[in-house]
Parts: sequence; C-alpha cells; structure tokens
Amino acid sequence: MTTSSSTAAHRARTAAARPMIECRAIQKHYGDYHALRGIDLTIRAGEFFSLLGPSGCGKTTLLRTIAGFEDIQSGVILIDGQDMEGVPANSRPTNMVFQSYAIFPHLTVAENVGFGLRRDPRSKAEKAAAVEEALEMVGLKGYGKRASHALSGGQRQRVALARALILKPKVLLLDEPLSALDRKMREQMQVELIKLQRQVGITFVLVTHDQEEALVMSDRIAVMFDGQIAQLDGPEALYARPTSRRVANFIGVMNFLPAHVLGDTPNGVEVEVPGFGRVEIPSANVSHSDPGDAGPQVGFRPEAVSMVGAGQVAQGRITEGVIDEVVYYGDMTYYDVRLDGSASFDGKARPVRIAMRNVFGREVQDVGTRAKVSWSPGSLVLFR
Amino acid sequence: MASGNRSQSAQGLTLIAPPLGYALLVMAAPLLTILAYSFLKDGYLTVIREFTLDNYRAVWTDPIVRTVMLRSLGVAALVTLVTVVLAFPVAYFLSFVVSPSKKSMWLFLITIPFWTSYLIRVFLWKVILGYNGVVNSGLKTLGIIEQPLSFLLYNINSMVITLAHAYAPFAILPIFIALEKIDRSLLEAGRDLGESRAMTFWRVTLPLAMPGVVAASLIVFIPTIGDYVTPALIGGGKIPMIANLIQSQMLDLDNRPLGSALAVTAMLIVAVFSLIFVAMNRRFLKVRQ
Repeated sequence: MTTSSSTAAHRARTAAARPMIECRAIQKHYGDYHALRGIDLTIRAGEFFSLLGPSGCGKTTLLRTIAGFEDIQSGVILIDGQDMEGVPANSRPTNMVFQSYAIFPHLTVAENVGFGLRRDPRSKAEKAAAVEEALEMVGLKGYGKRASHALSGGQRQRVALARALILKPKVLLLDEPLSALDRKMREQMQVELIKLQRQVGITFVLVTHDQEEALVMSDRIAVMFDGQIAQLDGPEALYARPTSRRVANFIGVMNFLPAHVLGDTPNGVEVEVPGFGRVEIPSANVSHSDPGDAGPQVGFRPEAVSMVGAGQVAQGRITEGVIDEVVYYGDMTYYDVRLDGSASFDGKARPVRIAMRNVFGREVQDVGTRAKVSWSPGSLVLFR
Repeated sequence: MASGNRSQSAQGLTLIAPPLGYALLVMAAPLLTILAYSFLKDGYLTVIREFTLDNYRAVWTDPIVRTVMLRSLGVAALVTLVTVVLAFPVAYFLSFVVSPSKKSMWLFLITIPFWTSYLIRVFLWKVILGYNGVVNSGLKTLGIIEQPLSFLLYNINSMVITLAHAYAPFAILPIFIALEKIDRSLLEAGRDLGESRAMTFWRVTLPLAMPGVVAASLIVFIPTIGDYVTPALIGGGKIPMIANLIQSQMLDLDNRPLGSALAVTAMLIVAVFSLIFVAMNRRFLKVRQ
C-alpha cells in the first residue's frame, strides 16, 4: 500500500500528540437498556481512530454522544480540553459523515458542500472558491452545479466528506461511512480516506463493524462489546495479541482448543493441549478468558501454523492429523484438520482451520489425506 | 412483447371501463352541456339555440361579477393561508413528536370532523358564532361584554373560520406525508453543520416539506373558491361568492346561458391557478429522485 511507508512515522507522531477527545466514565441508558457502561477513552490529535464492534455494542451511541446528538447520564466528554456538557451539536468542534450520507436532496452539490458556511464572514466569491477547493480535495472537481440526487453512492460519500471537512473541524466523525458501498469501491475509499486524513491532519473517529476495515485504516482501534471497551490497541497488536477470547474471536478467524494449565514457568505458562501435547506458552501470549468461557483455552490464527508437504523440511514442532474439509478460495485454501489425539480432552473431535497460500507448484490436498502440521509455541495464545 | 403490452393495456381499459363510462356520463356530459349553454341566447324560461358571445361579454364586463370573483379568490386565498399555516404545526407534531406506534390513532382522531356532514358543521359554526351563540353568551355570562358582538357572524372572517376548520384535515394529511418522508439524519446533518434547530427547520425541513404544502394549498384552494354553503349560511347571503352568483343566475333569474358563462369563466380561472400550483409542485418534486 502506498501509505505504508509513512504510517509508522505518522503513528509515532500521533502517539505523542495531545489528547483531542477524552471520555471519562460515560454512562448512557435508553430506558432499561444500558448502552454505555463506563467508557474511558483518550483519542489523540491527528489520530485515525476506530470504534469497532458488533451491532448493538454501543459504538454508534458513543460517536453520537461525542457529536452531541445524545445526552449522557454521567461522565465527562472533553474535546481539545473543553468540557462538552451543555454544548449543543451545532456548537461542537466536530463534524460528521452520516451512514446514509445525509446529502440534502433539495440542494446542488456545491450548496451541500457550502451548507455550513452561512455564517462564515468571507465573501461569496471566497466561499465559492473554498467549496471548489473542497470538491477538488475529494475528487469531485467541477461537480458543483450537479443536482445531488443524481450522484452515485461513492460520489455522495465524497460530497459528505467535503461538506464536513470544509468547516475544518477538530474532529471528523464517520458513522459506518463505507457500509453502503460495493466491495471494490469500499477498498478504494479506504485508501483514499487514509490519504485524506494524512493530508488534512484532522482527528478521524470511525465507527465500523467491519474488522478488516478497522485494521486497514486505523492507527488505533477500540473494540467494544456490550457498551464497554474490551481492548484498545494498534491493529497489529490487536490481531496478534488479543487480550481476551472475545476480541480474538471478533477480529479475524481463530481456532480455539481447550487446555489444561499445568503451571507457571519462568518464561510463561505450561499447558497441555489435545493434539499439541505439552506446550510452554510465552508470557507475552497469555490473555484473559471472558465470563462464560468453559475453562482455559488455547487459540491460534489459521495462518499462524502451516501444513508441511511430502519431502519438505519442517520447521518448529509437528503434529499430524487427517484433512476433514477443503475450502478453495483461489489465492488461499482453507483446510479443516482433525489433529491426532485432539479428541482426548473430552472425546469431542475439534478440527482446526489452517490457511495455506496457493503458491505455484503446490497441490491442493484432498479430503481424507493425512497432513503434517508445523507450528511453534509462539503462535499459540492462551486465554486463562 | 408488443402484443403482450397491447393485451395488458386492453385489460387495463376493460378494468376501468365502468368508472370511465360513469365519469363521462356524470361529469363530461354536464360540463359539455354547460359549455354549450354558455354560447347560446337566453329567452325568458327557455334557451334559444343561436350562437352568441354576449354572455361572456356580459360576464367579463360586469363590475359585480368582477367584485364577486375577486372576493371568491380573496376568500379562498385567505382560507388557504389560514388552513395551511394552522395545519403545518399539527402535521409537524404528528410527524416529529407523536411516537410511531400512536401515529395511526392520531390520524384517526383528525378524521373525526368528517363523521358529521359538512352542512351540519357549517350550521354548528352558526350556533357558535351567532348573535345569541356560544361565544357571545359565554362572554356575556363572564361579564366581559354587555352587548353581543355583531362582527362574529355574517362576514368574511366567519367564512374563513368555518372553511379553514372544514378543510383542515385535507391540509394536514399531505403536509404530514411530506414530513414523514424527510430522512431524519438530514436534520441532524443540519445541526452538525452548525445550524440551530430553527435555522435547520428553515433551511432543511421547510424546503423538503414544500411538496406537501403546495399539495395542501391546492386541495384547499380549489374547492373553497366554488364553495356555496358557507357563504349562504355563514355569510348570511349578503356577501355572495361566485357559486352563489351562478346559482342565482341559473335558478332565481333562470338565465342559464349567463350562469353557464359565469361557471365556465370561474372554471377557467381555477384551472389557471391549479396549473400554477402544479408547476410549482413539479419544481419542488424535482428534488426527489
């Protein structure tokens, strides 16, 4: 990706930046429904921050409380150090890109983009120039006179972005902005949004239920469940070291196997995992289980282990098994493998999913053949 | 494909044939008769079958006709204004304040006035506004006035009150529907872009509700121009509108050709106004998909 070279520098810069949004102990009820249960969150200036979670987790509610569309029962929201209590939505230094884009159907593209400039003291010509500049920034130069109802989904999205960014807010809030677009358009917009954010330097807060989208775009991600933040981390850390089973399960695919904890060692925890035997899990890979989990579990990503073909030299430890299912995706093949001895825990067979990239010359294995699975203790995560 | 379309349109025609025949019989035929009468000569108690434009000449030059026509237009415009201005807040309340589960009940309540006939409702306004009516006797009992107020009945104000009340539901419903169609996130967007609630209403809600407002105006304006009962009863017959003039020509004076010319003229004027409204609505409707 073209932006990757500057990403590390950008993240290092924003990591030391001043806090832009501070949420302290926010509680929100809708009648009996407890939508936000004590949110503590700091979003730093210039960050591309994502609120990620399943529907109903409170991520949109949190975004709307920051925007000022929802009242909170208790807690404090500071934006750039200013307490937002009693500040109405129209006076907050935030602007929003709505899920439906909320493009005014009775106005042209230029009138939409210039909607928020009514009280701007600049002259008419200067405002028109600002509108044209904003349209150019989102790739809609020359679209100003068009009727807004004649735009495609992607164009509406760009108008919504231009309309918000022209006001130079301190924070841009994006409520599932890409969910209405088709896959190709969505991937294109993801890259464009990152570029745009780097260009304008405004703090972006994105709400999404799409973990891939969050991983691609964000500097940091807050994963939310049931009105609480379960984990707040950078994309790599979130994917590689989820701090709870729920987060691991929500982000990407993860195999889970029951485990017996044998005891702590100087470098980690020794566990017995059916199929894998005795393993010493490094302490960096030890996470929490969630309420309702039946005992400790070991998890690993489908791509964290691999299958060793005949004649290949295996690296790390080897476990054998039988291929139960093969799912071919073109670039990838997913194998469900029943590891030998994996039923020893309670007699239940637990096939694990293994993802293999289809490189030239490697045959796709068939169901029923025996497979050698190569893995290392560092690719396992323990949830205890 | 073409044959399929033809058979489909034939089917459609068959389907609407009975109401179409009925409409032709009871609407087009009398209209054509009136149109024909308006070009014929009047003989006392008969119509002489001889072409003439005298009736139109008489109608368009008569100062009384002009006065009454202008009064009809004025009263209709006033009624439309009062009705729409009063209906808008009601429709807004229904759409924005009433919870979705209670909306149908509220709509049902709004139709209650239709349960009694128009004539009875007009009579009731007479009872309310009359010399010894509810308002006057109430004020007298409270000691606020000594003599009954005479400006309540038999004037244009009372006609406007009566007609505005009678046509209120017709104005509320189209405005309500237009308001219901407004995506609520547009209003949040207005606030988000820095506008107060009042300015958001002015810049977003009102323009998007205009198709409903125009439709409501049309629905109220057209029938009130030709209203006959209210000027006769509430106006006390002293301030006739165009319908009363047509009635007196047709029945009292038995000058059917002149009455017909009056009717055709009134119809043309209403048609012109309707076309203006329709053109306005088309402009507002263009913004919707």
